[in-house]
Amino acid sequence: MELLYFGSKGWGDELFAAFLMTIAVSITAMLIGILFSIIFTPLKLSNNKIFNFIANFYTTVIRGVPELLVIYLFFFGGTGAIMFVASIFGYNEYIEINAFITGSFAIGIISGAYSTEVFRGAIQSIDTGQFEACKALGFKKYIYFFKVIIPQMLRLAIPNLSNVWQITLKDTSLISVTGLVEIMRQSYIAAGSTRDPLFFYSFAALLYLILTFLSMKILNKLEKNYSKGF
Amino acid sequence: MDLDLMINSLPKLLSATLTTLKLLSLSLIFGLIIGLFFAIMRLSKNKFISNFSYGFSYIFRGTPLLVQIFIIYFGLGQIEYLRSTILWTILKEPYWCAIIAFSLNTGAYTSEILRSAFQTIKPGLIEAGKSLGISSKIIFYKIQIPVAIKQSLPAYGNEIILMLKGTSLASTVTLMDLTGVAKYIISTTFKPVEVFIVAGGIYLFLTFLIHNLIKFTEKKMSTN
Repeated sequence: MELLYFGSKGWGDELFAAFLMTIAVSITAMLIGILFSIIFTPLKLSNNKIFNFIANFYTTVIRGVPELLVIYLFFFGGTGAIMFVASIFGYNEYIEINAFITGSFAIGIISGAYSTEVFRGAIQSIDTGQFEACKALGFKKYIYFFKVIIPQMLRLAIPNLSNVWQITLKDTSLISVTGLVEIMRQSYIAAGSTRDPLFFYSFAALLYLILTFLSMKILNKLEKNYSKGF
Repeated sequence: MDLDLMINSLPKLLSATLTTLKLLSLSLIFGLIIGLFFAIMRLSKNKFISNFSYGFSYIFRGTPLLVQIFIIYFGLGQIEYLRSTILWTILKEPYWCAIIAFSLNTGAYTSEILRSAFQTIKPGLIEAGKSLGISSKIIFYKIQIPVAIKQSLPAYGNEIILMLKGTSLASTVTLMDLTGVAKYIISTTFKPVEVFIVAGGIYLFLTFLIHNLIKFTEKKMSTN
């Protein structure tokens, strides 16, 4: 237990900071993912074949390739890509991107592919009668979209989105390979310097369990709130 | 775009694919046995047994696979007692540690898939069996299990694809699977995009194969 003391003696404060870092990365990645799905869901549902192809390419590739490989692409390729863009503008010095930003982007893009599928499924399962009713009533396009489609879509999407959240939360453990100090990385450091991997990795597992348990409780509440009748 | 590198790295990546497939198939076989075992325990009337099974699947589904591999590979070696038993010959090998972690993980998910399949079997089917005087053992093996397998096939197909992606974590415990070799080539050549296209292409091809195989099996089973 001494290993968990706060201060210079134990690893308590470091692990707590890492715990908060995992939460921060997960939330950032989830938001980036939702942003991506707001862009890609309309493309997926559009009648344009090229748009369809782009969106399908994105979701198929990301969901079919291991997360770790995507993270390596971003970790090794991210700096190169940004330096290439910078060199076009005449800036030739080495640029190092923050591990937090690369990590959340990599996980965000993965999470976005899953949320795109969730939103697509939710919109497609709305009864077509609803669209027709809106047209028959002469609603303006944006009113029927924001007042009729979005609220119905959300209540269908939220249970599946909470699954995406759980996946995203667990995927953040993979960013530890890029050196961002989240739960996994901090446990790795602590295990290395105390030679007590069993304790620290089990403690990391416990921290993840707490996170998944708490988020399930919160999301279930949200689900109940949204599944109320209109 | 460095086409030469892509062509040169292809044989290395393909031979690493074999390692990936070996890891995948072994973990799936063990995982299916573990999953079936825990699914039956979960349906038991004994509260203790069913709660134990629930706890197992909750822990393995609630923590990242990476933590599970690290606990088994780095953590278990720390227990002095284990080092003196015969188990140590298995546990000192990263290959078997990865397979143990993958099997337990996919076993936890499989047990949930099978449990829900068992629970959605119409009670009428079992009652029909009983009224025909078939013993409950034969009902279980000849009615419940085949119907459950049929019902859980689509979900299990997804689990196979998730597990294929999961095997990439073997590279974190020094194994040279497809992702491990891809990372090695990336870090020696600094050409991430090219290697990603080749390795990602292989993974996509495998997912495509698995997806169609499951679809084919589903079709075959539904005609019976």
